[in-house]
Amino acid sequence: MKFEKDLLGIQNLDADQIHYILKKAEDMKKIIFSDCKKATNLTGKSVMTLFFENSTRTRTSFELAAKYLGAIASNMPVSSSSVKKGETLIDTTRTLNAMGNDCFIIRHENAGAPHLVAQNVDATVINAGDGMNEHPTQALLDFFTMYEKMGTVEGKKIAIIGDIYHSRVARSDTYGLLKLGAEVVMAGPRTLLPNDLESLGVKMYTDVDKAIKDADVVMPLRLQLERQKNCFFPSGYEYSKYFGVNEERMKLAKEGALIMHPGPVNRGLELQSALYAPDKSVIDEQVTNGVAVRMAVLDTFINRA
Amino acid sequence: MTILLKNVAVVTVDNVTEAQDILITDGVITKIDANLTDSADTVLDCTGKTAFPAFFDMHTHMRDPGFTYKEDIESGTKAAMHGGFWGVAAMPNTNPVTDNVPVVEYIINKANKFGYAKVFPVAAITKGLEGKELTEIMELKAHGVVAISDDGKPVSDSNTMRQALRYADMAGMPVVCHSEDLSLVNGGVMNEGATADRLGLRGIPRAAEEAAIAREIILAKTYDVPVHITHISTKGSVDFIRFAKQQGVKVTCDTCPHYFSLTDEACEGYDTHAKMNPPLREAYDVAAMIEGLQDGTIDAIATDHAPHHFDEKIIEFDHALNGIIGLETSFAVGCTYLYKTGKLTLPKLAKLMADTPCRILNIAPAEIKVGATANITVCDLNETWVPTPENTVSKSKNSPYYGKELVGKVKIVITDGKLKLS
Repeated sequence: MKFEKDLLGIQNLDADQIHYILKKAEDMKKIIFSDCKKATNLTGKSVMTLFFENSTRTRTSFELAAKYLGAIASNMPVSSSSVKKGETLIDTTRTLNAMGNDCFIIRHENAGAPHLVAQNVDATVINAGDGMNEHPTQALLDFFTMYEKMGTVEGKKIAIIGDIYHSRVARSDTYGLLKLGAEVVMAGPRTLLPNDLESLGVKMYTDVDKAIKDADVVMPLRLQLERQKNCFFPSGYEYSKYFGVNEERMKLAKEGALIMHPGPVNRGLELQSALYAPDKSVIDEQVTNGVAVRMAVLDTFINRA
Repeated sequence: MTILLKNVAVVTVDNVTEAQDILITDGVITKIDANLTDSADTVLDCTGKTAFPAFFDMHTHMRDPGFTYKEDIESGTKAAMHGGFWGVAAMPNTNPVTDNVPVVEYIINKANKFGYAKVFPVAAITKGLEGKELTEIMELKAHGVVAISDDGKPVSDSNTMRQALRYADMAGMPVVCHSEDLSLVNGGVMNEGATADRLGLRGIPRAAEEAAIAREIILAKTYDVPVHITHISTKGSVDFIRFAKQQGVKVTCDTCPHYFSLTDEACEGYDTHAKMNPPLREAYDVAAMIEGLQDGTIDAIATDHAPHHFDEKIIEFDHALNGIIGLETSFAVGCTYLYKTGKLTLPKLAKLMADTPCRILNIAPAEIKVGATANITVCDLNETWVPTPENTVSKSKNSPYYGKELVGKVKIVITDGKLKLS
C-alpha cells in the first residue's frame, strides 16, 4: 500500500489506507500491555513532537508510541524556544530537520500549519491537530474503537454532539466515517453548528434527542467555556440541560450504544458525570487505542519506503 | 354567570357586522346573532357602539420590579384594561433586569393576582442588558417568556445580534429589536430638522434608526431567521422594511400611535411630553407610517407605554427622560387619526391592535367567535373626550395628548370572560 510522506488529514486518506492503519494498530496494541514494551520498528529514527498548543493525552500518547517502537523520541518545548524570539514556523522546522530529524508531530492553532511545514522539510509530518481543521490520529483511534466494539461501522449511526463548528475532531471523524460507510448526524446549538457539512451528506440538528435517536455511537464534544464570552451559548446550565448527553437522552439511543469522547471531559457539562465511568463509556479505551493507532501511524509513514 | 351585549356592531379582522347581540356564558361566547331573546345576569345595551376583539400591546414598560414609583404591575395592568387591552408584553428594562426565571415568575404571578390584564414577560437578549453575553433563552422560554429584547437599548455589537437571532430562532423565541445606532444619535434629543434648529436642540438623524434597521434586516436575510423591529418612526424605515419583505426577508415591525399622529413640532415650547426615543419626526414620516399601516408593511400597532415620574419629565428638555404613556389613548388615537380620516377600515384597525401583535409573539389572539373565551372591547366610535392627568389611570401622567380632543372611547371591557369595565 502506498502512502504519502505526511499524514495531514483524513481528507488525504482513502478507505483502504484507513483499514491498513487500523489493522496494523491491532498488532501494535499487543505491545502496549506486554511485559517488555519494546519493538524495533523505529530503532534509530528521530521523532520529535512540536506542540504549539497545550495537550496531555495527544502529546504523551505520541511520545510513548514512538518510544514503544524504539525511536529516539524528543519534545521541542515551544515556550522556551526561539519561537519566543520571533523565529518563524518554517525556519524552526527547517532548522530541526537539518539536525537529522525523521518525523515531526505538530499541533498548531492555525489550520494549515502542518501543511506548510510538510512542504518545507523532507521529514515526515504528522498533523496532531491544526486549528479547526483536522486531528487525523484522533479520528483513527475513534474508528479503531468503533470497529473493536461493533465489528463494523458500515451502516451504523454515529451522533456527534456539541461544538461542531470549532471541532477538528468532528471534521476528521466525519470525513473518515463517510468514507467507511457510516451514517453521521450532528447536533448542537445553532450557533455552534457549521454551515457547510450538510453538503457532505451529514444531517444537522439543533434537537439533540433527534440526533441520538437510534444512534449506535454517541460522541459529545468538549464545550469550551470561553465561547460563552463570544455569545455562542448563554451558560453551562442551559447547555447541559438542552444539549448535554445524559442517562435520560441515552435511552433514545440503540441498546448498548457506545459513549465516546475525545477528552478532556467537562464533567456534568457536555456529558453527565455518572456516564464518564469505565462501565458506562469507552473513553478510557479510546486512550489506550490512541497509543496503538499512533504506533501504527508512525510505523506506516516513517517506514513507508 | 351570563352577560348579554345587545345591539352592537361586531368588528373582526375580516369584516363588520351591524346590530348583533353577543351572549357570554361562564366566560365563553356562546351566541352571536341579531335579536337574541336569551335572558342574562348582566345586560348591556350597546346601541351605537362597536365591539372589537380585545387589544394586545406587544410593547409596554411596566416598570415593575424596580421602578414602581413610575408604574407597577397593578397600576399598569389597570391602565391597560382601561385602554381595552386583555394582555401586554412587558419589556425587560426593570430592576433587576428581566433576564432570569425568578423575575419572570414574579411578573406573571403579580399580574394574575390582580387580574386586570395578563402580562407576558419579554426577557433581555443579553445578561443585565449589558450587550455582552446571551441570556438563557431556552430556559426563559420554558418559563413563559414570549420574546427577547434589549429594548431601551440597542444591541450595538453586530456579532451579538447575529448569535442572538440564530440561537433564538432555534429556540422558537421571537427577537424584538430596538434599532438605534448610538454613535449617530451622538447626544441628540429630538428629530434632526427645522424644529430642532429653531429650538437650539441637538438633532437625532433618521439614519440612526435606518442604519440600525438595515443591519437587523441584513442579518435576518443572511441567516434566514425572523426578526421584529419595534417602534419604527421614519419613512426610510418603512421603505426599507417594505423592500426587505419584497425580498422575502422574515421581518415584521410595529409603530406607535404617536408616530402616525404627531410631528416634532409638538416639542415646541420645549414640551418634554413630546420627548421619546425614537423621536417624533416630520409630516412626511407620519404620512409614510399611515401608508405602511395601510399596505401591510407595518404589521402591528404597539404603544411603547413608558411611564415616567413628574420629576423626570418636567425638567430641562436635554435632561428629561424619553418616553410617554400610551395604553389609555392608543385606541382613541387610532380611531381619530386612522379610522375617522378614512385611512383604515375597522377590521384593519382590529388586525393591527388585536391580532398581529399576538401572532408575532405566538400568543392566541382575542377573537369574537362562538366558543372563544370572551375578550371583547366595546367602544363608542363617536364619543369625543379629552385626556387629562386627572382622568389618567396610570401612575404616571406623561402624555402628549393632554388637552387634545380625541374621538373614540373604550366603554366596556370584558377580558378572560369577566366584565372588567362598564
